[in-house]
Amino acid sequence: MSLLQPVFDIVLGLALLWLAWRAVASPDLFRGIVLFIAFGLVMALVWVRLDAPDIALAEAAIGGGLTGALLLATLARLESGGGAGTGRGKDRESEPNDE
Amino acid sequence: MNTALLYALVGAGLFFLGLYALIVHAHLLRKILAINVMGSGVFLVLVALAARTGEAAPDPVPHAMVITGIVVAVSATALALALALRVQAETGRAELPEEPLE
Amino acid sequence: MAREPGGEKIVNPNPMMSNGNNCQRLFRLLLGLLLAVLAAGLGYVLSSLPSPAPGLSKPVAEHLEASGVSNPVTAVLLNYRAYDTLLELGVLLLAPLGVWSLGVAARHREPLVDPVLDMLARLLVPMLILVAGYLLWAGAHAPGGAFQAGSVLAAAGVLLLLSGWWPGPAFSGLPLRVSLTAGPGVFLVAGVALMFAGGRMLEYPPPFAGALILLIEAAATWSIGITLAALFAGGRPVAGPHR
Repeated sequence: MSLLQPVFDIVLGLALLWLAWRAVASPDLFRGIVLFIAFGLVMALVWVRLDAPDIALAEAAIGGGLTGALLLATLARLESGGGAGTGRGKDRESEPNDE
Repeated sequence: MNTALLYALVGAGLFFLGLYALIVHAHLLRKILAINVMGSGVFLVLVALAARTGEAAPDPVPHAMVITGIVVAVSATALALALALRVQAETGRAELPEEPLE
Repeated sequence: MAREPGGEKIVNPNPMMSNGNNCQRLFRLLLGLLLAVLAAGLGYVLSSLPSPAPGLSKPVAEHLEASGVSNPVTAVLLNYRAYDTLLELGVLLLAPLGVWSLGVAARHREPLVDPVLDMLARLLVPMLILVAGYLLWAGAHAPGGAFQAGSVLAAAGVLLLLSGWWPGPAFSGLPLRVSLTAGPGVFLVAGVALMFAGGRMLEYPPPFAGALILLIEAAATWSIGITLAALFAGGRPVAGPHR
């Protein structure tokens, strides 16, 4: 049992590095973002290994959920051509006023 | 080498991996991904250094810093993504222009 | 085990570049080498740090009963370093200000009618709200707290937004702004009120510390959830009648 823990730590560390490399270097952005979500979830496991359950909760919710959702939504808006509704908000006269 | 040092080295590796990707890629979304990887590397170094307490409970002050750091990082990412969308709306491309090397 | 973290793995030709000219390849090689050297230096520094290093865990544990909670991370966040958390909630308020100043929330004109997503949202959102409430309460004695509960609440909000349940103009006006500012606002008012009640700013009297922390955390949870969900919406709310 005492050998299993360092092996597990080494596997987790290598998985983190490999996932991060594949996430930033993959030619398809969608795959990169999905790998980044997986990276966040493995990171939550690493936080548990480092005796930080509070951080693991926050990372699983934010790193594994919110950041990925933000990135995917932005990717969808970028690829649908120019972010409809974000860039031209100020110039449209059809936009009602906002306080 | 104990657990804390191993994860601290992994965190340093993540930081420089993200820094390389930040400098090399031109697409804004990739840069934002790279910055997030760098941030995760920094958090990993912080918490790994906080786990050096031996048999006792880990040092909770870096834990608190990293929790607030994660939330601030996601809000900064959201602002950066809104800026990237605005850059594309204004210039038509979501990439920084390549500068010609001398 | 001397490993050089990450340096050698990343000096690969970028698959995005189909024909990198020699200058660019040389630049990337030099950059990779420089970063590898820096990484090796950082690795050396990290491995030469003292290995059993207690840090601040002893002072935190000594004053834990006077702090009002029994989870040391929550005590650090909401009591010992309360000022940092107050400023951090302020930073969390700045992000939607920036996003709102950049554009309008892009709501789809025709909502998604995927029945699986709709049913999933109906099942999950109440459970997420329950989990957030539990995490907020359990933060005093177990892993949990305002940030964790707030992020679960934000996940519920994102799920609602994704399945087409956008808030109407009744919420998007004043209640949304009050929700965004409730966290830092309650925190600030509590801190200043304590200053006028005879202590220093954010100095909780030990009998009331637990209740004060719970109050501040509740406001912060709501604020964090609404802020992160509003960041997902991606722009300022469109006032006025929808389609």
